[in-house]
Amino acid sequence: MFSFASPVVDFHALAPELVLAVGICLVILVDLFVPDHRRWVTGTLSGFVMLAALLPVVTLSVLGDDVRSALMDGELNQGITGRYVVDNFALVMKALFLLSGYVVVLLSANSIEEGGYNQGEFYTLLLSSVLGMVMIASSRDLVSLFVALEFLSIPAYMMAAWKKRDRKSNEAGVKYYLLGVFASAVMLYGMSLLYGLAGSTLLTDIAAAVQLDGDKVGVQVLGIVFVIIGFAFKISAVPFHTWAPDTYEGAPTPVTAFLSVASKAAGFVGLIVLVFIAFPLAQDVYRPFMWVMAALTMTVGNLVALKQKNIVRMLAYSSISQGGFILMPLAVAFTNGNQGASLRAVMVYLIIYAATNLGAFAVIIAVSRKTNSGEISSFGGLFSYAPGLTVLMTIFLASLAGIPPLGGWYAKFGAFKAAVDAAGGWGYSIAVIGAVNAVIATAYYITVMREMWMKPVPDGDTTPIKVPASLQAALAICGVLTLVLGVLPGLIAKVGDITDLTGALLP
Amino acid sequence: MIQEQQWLLSLGTFLPLVGVLVMLFIPKKDEVAAKGVALVTAIATLAVGIYTLVQFDYDQSEKLQFFTTNKWITPIKATYTVGLDGISLPLYILSMVITVLVMVYSWNHVPEPGNTKAFFILMLVLQTGMAGTFVAQDLILFFVFFEVVLLPMYFMIGVWGGENRQYASLKFFLYTMFGSALMLVSFIALFVVTKNAPGVNPDDANFSFQWFDEHGRDIARDTAIWIFAGMFIGFAVKVPMFPFHTWLPDAHTQAPTQGSVILAAILLKLGTYGFVRIAIPFLPQAAVKWAPIIGVLAVIGIIYGALGCLAQTDMKRLIAFSSVAHMGFVMLGISTLTDLGISAALFGMVAHGLITGMLFFVAGSVKERYHTLEIKRLSGMLLQMPKMGWILGFCAMASLGLPGLAGFWGEFPAILASWDPLSGEGLPYGGLSVGLYQGLTIVAALGTVLAAGYLLWLYQRTAFGEVSAEFAGTGHDAHGHDSHGHDAHGDDHSDIHDVNTFEWIAWTPLLIAIVVFGVVPSLMFDVMDPAVSLITDRFGGK
Repeated sequence: MFSFASPVVDFHALAPELVLAVGICLVILVDLFVPDHRRWVTGTLSGFVMLAALLPVVTLSVLGDDVRSALMDGELNQGITGRYVVDNFALVMKALFLLSGYVVVLLSANSIEEGGYNQGEFYTLLLSSVLGMVMIASSRDLVSLFVALEFLSIPAYMMAAWKKRDRKSNEAGVKYYLLGVFASAVMLYGMSLLYGLAGSTLLTDIAAAVQLDGDKVGVQVLGIVFVIIGFAFKISAVPFHTWAPDTYEGAPTPVTAFLSVASKAAGFVGLIVLVFIAFPLAQDVYRPFMWVMAALTMTVGNLVALKQKNIVRMLAYSSISQGGFILMPLAVAFTNGNQGASLRAVMVYLIIYAATNLGAFAVIIAVSRKTNSGEISSFGGLFSYAPGLTVLMTIFLASLAGIPPLGGWYAKFGAFKAAVDAAGGWGYSIAVIGAVNAVIATAYYITVMREMWMKPVPDGDTTPIKVPASLQAALAICGVLTLVLGVLPGLIAKVGDITDLTGALLP
Repeated sequence: MIQEQQWLLSLGTFLPLVGVLVMLFIPKKDEVAAKGVALVTAIATLAVGIYTLVQFDYDQSEKLQFFTTNKWITPIKATYTVGLDGISLPLYILSMVITVLVMVYSWNHVPEPGNTKAFFILMLVLQTGMAGTFVAQDLILFFVFFEVVLLPMYFMIGVWGGENRQYASLKFFLYTMFGSALMLVSFIALFVVTKNAPGVNPDDANFSFQWFDEHGRDIARDTAIWIFAGMFIGFAVKVPMFPFHTWLPDAHTQAPTQGSVILAAILLKLGTYGFVRIAIPFLPQAAVKWAPIIGVLAVIGIIYGALGCLAQTDMKRLIAFSSVAHMGFVMLGISTLTDLGISAALFGMVAHGLITGMLFFVAGSVKERYHTLEIKRLSGMLLQMPKMGWILGFCAMASLGLPGLAGFWGEFPAILASWDPLSGEGLPYGGLSVGLYQGLTIVAALGTVLAAGYLLWLYQRTAFGEVSAEFAGTGHDAHGHDSHGHDAHGDDHSDIHDVNTFEWIAWTPLLIAIVVFGVVPSLMFDVMDPAVSLITDRFGGK
C-alpha cells in the first residue's frame, strides 16, 4: 500500500516562498477583477509581495540560527532533512533576489503600462521567476535544484518575448528558449549520470561518490562537466553566451535588466552550490574547465563590447565579461584554503553588481523614454539637459569599471584577492588576466561617459527628461547602494561570517 | 604615534564633501551661490589645515600625529587609519592652499562650456582625494583616495579642456587606470606574501602601513622585486617618469588652466609620494635593486624633457615638458636612497608645485588675453603687460633653479646627493654603484643648463622685443585693474590688460612662498628631515 505522509515542515523557514506563492495567486485574482485602466495596481501589488517576502528573510536572519532545514524527516519518511536548507548563504541570496525583483518591478511600471502589454500576466511571471530564484538558493539536492532552475527560467523565456509585435523581441524569446532548453537537457543528462554514480540526489551524497577515483572516473568527469555546462548557459559564460546579446537587445529593457542581474545571479548560486557541496573533491575537473571559461568570458566579452554601438548590447557584453570576473574566484576555489574568500568574493560581487547594473538599466530606461533610441550616440550631451541622470550613470559605469570609491572596486578587489590567495599558477595567472581585462573594460564604459559629458546633443533637443516616480525610486535605491557599498563595504556583514557551505549543511 | 585630536585629519579631508552636498541643492542658475559655497568650503578646509599646522608638534615631526585608526572593511583587514608626519604635512597643506587659490582664480575664469556649479564641485572632490592620499596610513585607504582623483580630473580635462580634450582625457584615464590596476595587484600580493610569511600569525596581518613597515622587509628579494615592479609602474605613470610620460604633455596642454595647476601642483606628487611613502620603505631590499633603474630613467627624463621643451612652439606644452624634467630631478633624488636626496626630492615636489603651478596660471591668463599660446606670435609682453611679464620672468627664474628661490633647493641638493649615493660596507641591503651615479650627476647637471636655456629662450621670445603687430595697440594699462568679468571669447583683442584683482589674490601667496622657501629652506627641511631619516635608516647609509 502506498500512502503519502507529509514531512515535518518548518513554516518559518519556508515563509518567503509561501508569501510569494500566495502573492502570485493574489496578482492573478486582482488582475481578473480590476478594470483595464487600473491594471497598474498589479505592479504595485507585486512590489509589495516582494517586500513582504523579504520580511521573513529578515526575521530568519535576525534569529541567527546557522542553518535550518525547511523540510525534515517525519516518522514515516526518512532522508528528507538537508535537501532544502535555509542557511546564511541562502538568506543573503534570497534577499538579493527579492530586492532585485522589487527594483525590476519599479523599472517595469511605466514601460509595461505604456507599451500596452498585459500587465497582470507580466507580473505573475516575474513573481514566479523570482520564486524560482528564491528556491534555488535553498536547494541542496539535484531534484530541487533542477525544479527551481526551470521554475525561474520558463517565465523568463516568455518575458523576453513580451513585446508581441516586435520581431526582435520574438527572436529574443525564441533564441533564449531554444538554447535554454538545450542547456537544461545537457544538464539533466549530467545529473542522471551523477545520480547513477551516487545512487542519491542529495548533493552531499554526490560529493562522497564523485572523488575522481575508482573505475568510473570517465563517467564522473562527464557528469560534472555536463552539469556545469548547464549552468554556464544561464550565466552566459563564453562559449555558451551566444544567446545573451540578441536576447538582451530584443527583450523589453526591464526584462533585460532582470535577466542580466537576477537570472545570472541564480545561475551562479547553482554553480556555487555544486562546486562547494557536490564537487569539492573534484577540483581537478572543474578548476581547469572553469579557469578557461573565466578567462575566455572576461576577455571575449570585453573585446566584443568595445565595438558595440547600441548601449543595451554593450551592457550585454559587459555583463558577460563581468560574469567572467565572478567566475574567477569560483574557478580557483578550494586551493590553498581560499574557499571562504572565494565564496564571499562571489557573493559580494553578485550583490554589488546587481545594484550597479540595475541602476545603469534604470538610467537607460529613463533616457530612452525621451530619445526612443538605444544607440550610445543618443546619450550625446546628456549632461547639458539631464545632469542628475548623467551623474548617476557615471556613478554606475564607474562602479562597473571598478573605480573607487564606488561599489564595483570592492567587488573586483575581493575577486582578485581570492585569486591571489589561491597562490600558485592557477590563481596568479587568472589574476593578471583579470587585471588586464579590468583596464580594457574601462575603455568602453568611458565611451559612454564621454558621450554624455563631452559630446553635443545629437538632435539638438534639450527638453529636460521627466523621470517617473517609480524610476526615481529605483535610481535612488541603486545609486545609494552603489555609493555606500563602495565606501563602507563592511555593511554586507552577513556575508563576512560565511566561510563555507558544506559545514553549514546539516544541523 | 601621537593620538591627539584624532578628528582633525578626517575633518580636513572630508570637509570639502560637505560643501559638495550643500552645492547639490543650489540651482544650476545661481552661479554666485555655487561659487560662494565652494570657496567658503575651501577656505574653511584651509583654516582646518592652518590649525593643523599650528597644532603640529615640530619637535616630533618624525612621528605620525593626529593619528587615528578605526575598523573599516574588516573582512579584508583594511582599516581607516590616518596620520600626518613631516613628509606628508607640507603636501597636505599645499593641496589645500592650491585649491583655494585655484577657486579664487576661477571666480571669473570659468572655462568654456561654463556650468560653474559642476566645475566647482569637481574641484572640491579633487581636494578630498588629494588630502586623503597624503594622510592615509592604510594601503587600501591610500588606493581608494589615489583613485578618487581620477574621474574628476578626467572630466575637468574632457569637458572644460581645449580642442583636443577628448583624446587627451582618454589618454590620461587609460594610462592611469593601467598603472593603478597593476599597483592594486601588487598591493594585494604584498599583503598575501607578508601574511603567509613563516613566523607570522596570519590573523595579525592587516593593510596598515605599520604592518608593511615591519614585515615588508622580510620578503625574499626576488619576490619583492616583482612586487616593487607593479608599484613602480603605478607610481611612475603618475609622476610621470620616462617612458610613461606621454600622457602628460597632452593632458596639460588640453586641460583648463585650473586643471593644469592642480595636476602640476598636486596630482603628479601622488606618484613621487607613493615611492617615498610606500614602495621604498616597505620593500627596501627591492628598492636597492630598482634604484639604479629609477635613477637612469630619471636622468633620461631630465634630458628628454629639456630637449622636448626646446622643440615646443606652444607655451603651455613647453611648461608641461618642463614638468617631465623637473620630476626627473625629484626621482633622481629619491633614487639615491640617502637623507639628502630624499629630502631634496620632497622639497622639490613642493617647489615644483608652487612654481609650475604659477607658470600654468600665467599661461592661462596669457591665453585668455591673446587667445593663443603660440610662442612666435607672442612678443613684447613686458611692454604691453609689464606686471604679467615680470611675474612670468620671476617664475621662469625660479623654475630654472636660481639660488634664492624655491626651485634651487629641489634641484641642487638632488644633484649633490647623486654624487654620493647610498654606498659603503656592511649595509643591510647593499649599496648603489657610485660610478653610475656620478655619471648621472654629470648628465643631470647638464640638464640644468638646458633648463636655463629653454626657460630664458621662452622668456626672451615672449616678453622682450616689440609688441607683435597682431596685438599692437589693443592693450591699455590703465585698464589693468578691472575686476569685472569679461568676454573671453570675443575676436577682438581689446581685453589685453594687465594682472587683475582676482589674479593678484590667487597668485600673491604662491609668489611669496617661492621667495620665502627660497630664502629660508630650513622651514621645510627641518620638518621633513626627521621623518626622512626614519626611512633611510633602514638602508644603513647616511
